[in-house]
Amino acid sequence: MKILKLAVKNAGRHKLRTGLTIVGLAVAVMAFGLIRTVIDAWYAGAEASAPDRLVSRNAVNIIFPLPLSYKEQIAKVPGVEKITYAHWMGAYYVDPKQFFANFAVDHNTFLDLFPENILDSASLAKFKAERTAAICGQILADRFGWKVGDRVRLIGTIYAGNWDLTLVGIYKGRDKTTDESAFFMRWDYLDENLRATVSSRAGYVGWYTFKISNPNDAARISAVVDSMFKNSLAETLTETERAFQLSFVAMSGTIIKSLQIVSYLIIGIILLVLTNTMAMAARERISEYAVMKTLGFRPKHLIGLITGESLFIGIFGGILGMLLVFPMAGGFGEAMKYFFPVFGVKPQTLLLAGIFSLAVGLLASIFPVVRAVRISIVDGLRKVG
Amino acid sequence: MSIVEIESLSKSYFRDSLEIPVLRNLSFSLPEGEFVALMGPSGSGKTTLLNLIAGIDRPTKGKVKVAGTDLAQLSEGELAKWRARHIGFIFQFYNLIPVLTAYENVELPLLLTSLSKAERRKHVETALGIVGLSDRMNHYPRQLSGGQEQRVAIARAVATDPTLILADEPTGDLDKQSAEEILDLLSRLNSEFKKTIVVVTHDPRAAEKAHIKKHLDKGELS
Amino acid sequence: MKIPLYYNYRNLLARKLTTAFTVGGIALVVFVFCAVLMLTAGLKKTLVATGSDDNAIIIRKASQNELSSYITRDQIPIIESQPEIALGEDGKPMSAGELYVLISLKKSKTGDAGNVVVRGVGPASIKLRSKVKLIAGRMFTEGLPEVIMGKSTAERFEGAELGGSLRFASQNWRVVGIFEANRSGFESEVWGDINQMLGSFNRPVFSSMTVKLVDPKKFQEFKKRLESDPRLSVDVKREKEYYADQSYAMSTFISILGMVISVIFSFGAIIGAMITMYATVSNRSSEIGTLRALGFRRRSILSSFLVESTMLSLIGGLLGILVASILTQVTISTTNWDTFSELAFGFAVTPEIVGYSLVFALVMGVVGGFLPSVRAARMNILAALRAE
Repeated sequence: MKILKLAVKNAGRHKLRTGLTIVGLAVAVMAFGLIRTVIDAWYAGAEASAPDRLVSRNAVNIIFPLPLSYKEQIAKVPGVEKITYAHWMGAYYVDPKQFFANFAVDHNTFLDLFPENILDSASLAKFKAERTAAICGQILADRFGWKVGDRVRLIGTIYAGNWDLTLVGIYKGRDKTTDESAFFMRWDYLDENLRATVSSRAGYVGWYTFKISNPNDAARISAVVDSMFKNSLAETLTETERAFQLSFVAMSGTIIKSLQIVSYLIIGIILLVLTNTMAMAARERISEYAVMKTLGFRPKHLIGLITGESLFIGIFGGILGMLLVFPMAGGFGEAMKYFFPVFGVKPQTLLLAGIFSLAVGLLASIFPVVRAVRISIVDGLRKVG
Repeated sequence: MSIVEIESLSKSYFRDSLEIPVLRNLSFSLPEGEFVALMGPSGSGKTTLLNLIAGIDRPTKGKVKVAGTDLAQLSEGELAKWRARHIGFIFQFYNLIPVLTAYENVELPLLLTSLSKAERRKHVETALGIVGLSDRMNHYPRQLSGGQEQRVAIARAVATDPTLILADEPTGDLDKQSAEEILDLLSRLNSEFKKTIVVVTHDPRAAEKAHIKKHLDKGELS
Repeated sequence: MKIPLYYNYRNLLARKLTTAFTVGGIALVVFVFCAVLMLTAGLKKTLVATGSDDNAIIIRKASQNELSSYITRDQIPIIESQPEIALGEDGKPMSAGELYVLISLKKSKTGDAGNVVVRGVGPASIKLRSKVKLIAGRMFTEGLPEVIMGKSTAERFEGAELGGSLRFASQNWRVVGIFEANRSGFESEVWGDINQMLGSFNRPVFSSMTVKLVDPKKFQEFKKRLESDPRLSVDVKREKEYYADQSYAMSTFISILGMVISVIFSFGAIIGAMITMYATVSNRSSEIGTLRALGFRRRSILSSFLVESTMLSLIGGLLGILVASILTQVTISTTNWDTFSELAFGFAVTPEIVGYSLVFALVMGVVGGFLPSVRAARMNILAALRAE
């Protein structure tokens, strides 16, 4: 115990150097935490998925649609409770560079399937009653300054033309992981327009989302649905909502992997900085270690001393860094909130950061410990003056 | 001709609010071309006095004049310049730069002058010749013995042909043989090259070589 | 510079381990910084290389990209009749209606699916894209289910190699050739005969039209006339601009994220340099005192240590840049968020990037070394001499 006290005191001997090392570590730990939080944000969609929801989409490619007629057929499969459908609109509001997700959905069933989008009953009623009604999430409304009752004109890209809609409601997310930046208009409004203009494109939806009574049946029911449409013009691929979300994440797989590599590089930097400091300290104190040896201190004492100091600095720096992650993540999340609707620091990230700080604290002391233990008393004492 | 004139010189150190006097109201002068030994027990202030003459410390009270210049009138920058021109300092622990060769160490003070590289080379080679280390020009301090290191330090001190050579315990870290050689060298610098030398020492053999001996005890001269 | 440079670099060599660690830290940071710049430049190069200065692309109004766009057969002669369009050797306008479709192919390495662009091209298409060259096999035959593969797609997907077979649009297509396109986006595509494609995908319309202009300066008139023609409903863009826009979201993201990471890293490196320099100054206190006693000025001491710190960082910088240049051998393939299709691009190194990285290293050295150098300069001579 006394050794550890001495170790901590040793750290305080050179306040500037110890202080700088701690700050250096803190910065690195903070960067590590930030990057991992960015990676987590990518998977947020998958995290938000419900285990009892399945998604059916075109097996060849998600951008190919499915016929509306599939709805009745899928609904009839035993185990399926309720079903809805959605279609990617891909339109924009004023500036095409200001991306946001907008969909055309089944006004009758959509919100039943997604209860995490909380909408007041009056707004819901309006959405169900008016053809040109639309709803959106709170974050999106704040972004464009929309209020309930506003007329919103979306410019279509896939479906050309101006889509004049009325914002009848703004939904809030029930959970922290719920996406509040989406926009929903009515699919039937889209469809009636298509029938009048490009009729060959009418009668199709992007994908079906349906709820099953028993999540354990997911694999079986998926297989049943897909077999129903095998060999038809539009074969389906049915999977859990989580798998569906993950397939999008996989598309950015390379970027995510690069970020992961970078987060490990940071650990490397932390190690370099701390090892450098400990090596310096050890070199200065080599004669002290020799003196201690003459007094009867054994290798294990020296190890405790050096490792103790190293761990102390590592832990201190790690904690400081973890504390800094929060404001950093807050700022980053705010700046990137249109990219990442959900951005929060996870406990696992903190745990990882803590483990790495400890590991680095231990590893950084190896080299100086080896040196201190090995040096003969005579050589150590000679270094005086 | 007095090369050094000390008038009512006092120096104290201040620890918090406590005043620790080291030199008390000294007044004396040193003639040019002399070999002076400043002696006294540890803590008597001899090194402090030497530092004041060299201009690397400033007095609390009184005046230090070297070659007619009142050091107090010089700013720090001017003092540095003055020092480079007029003072050759020899330290007890040689204070050679470890990563520079003997040649480069001796050349250091010459870099502060406007001499060309070729001219500097002449000075360095001459200085190393005087101390007898011409064959060790390209050695690093770690490759030299203590005595040889001190000789390089002496060469460095004389390379700029300074007005005054000051040595602080030059033999303090040397064995008997080397100490003897160093003192002989200093003696030669004085007799042959007419250099004014002030040596702080408590080695009685050094005192033997000196013409003038001054004793310092508890900050006072005798 | 009164104090010679060899004093500094010999001291760096004397403390090999500490120097190595500090240089290593800076090299790592410069590597990341350089890599991010190279990635953004590589992405830009790929997309910009995809377009040529004298080509224009015509897509449906507001569709933003070829994927959502359609051009009907009756619109083609209206477009082709514009005077700004260059005429080929056969006297016909240099224009090509093309079909742009996404298909799903299996990646050879992972088995995951990836979206790949299939482009139905006309005889003028190759002529319009001067950078496209066949490097293996032959051109596809009109009227047959044959395709040629862009180099990067040929390497990445199952069945996509020369002689292989791909299945899409309910039939099999033979891979009869491989083409290169100056590392542009076309290298991530599959090309086949436009009429075969229209038939197989059951499309009555083209996705887009690409034309070559006689005089690129006449682009604005060309654009204005077509966009205001009531019979059409189109957007006209310079080919280069069009493709640059296609990567806007991704390149912005990479740049921002990359810069944030680099800046954070640089703090770590600066602190590392500071720690090293403070230790250096402390260890060499007596040398500093000696130099001052010999008459060297405070500012010479300051600049000497600053130079030493900068030497460290420049060595680290060069090392980082050197390692980063290895990345030019690496190709990255990811899904482009704007077009939803696979895009392969690499790392491009330019003189500017090397310059910026060196400056970055320099700045780290100066900032990290500044305070310690000031401390060295402010030392009192006697205190410095006494130290150790």
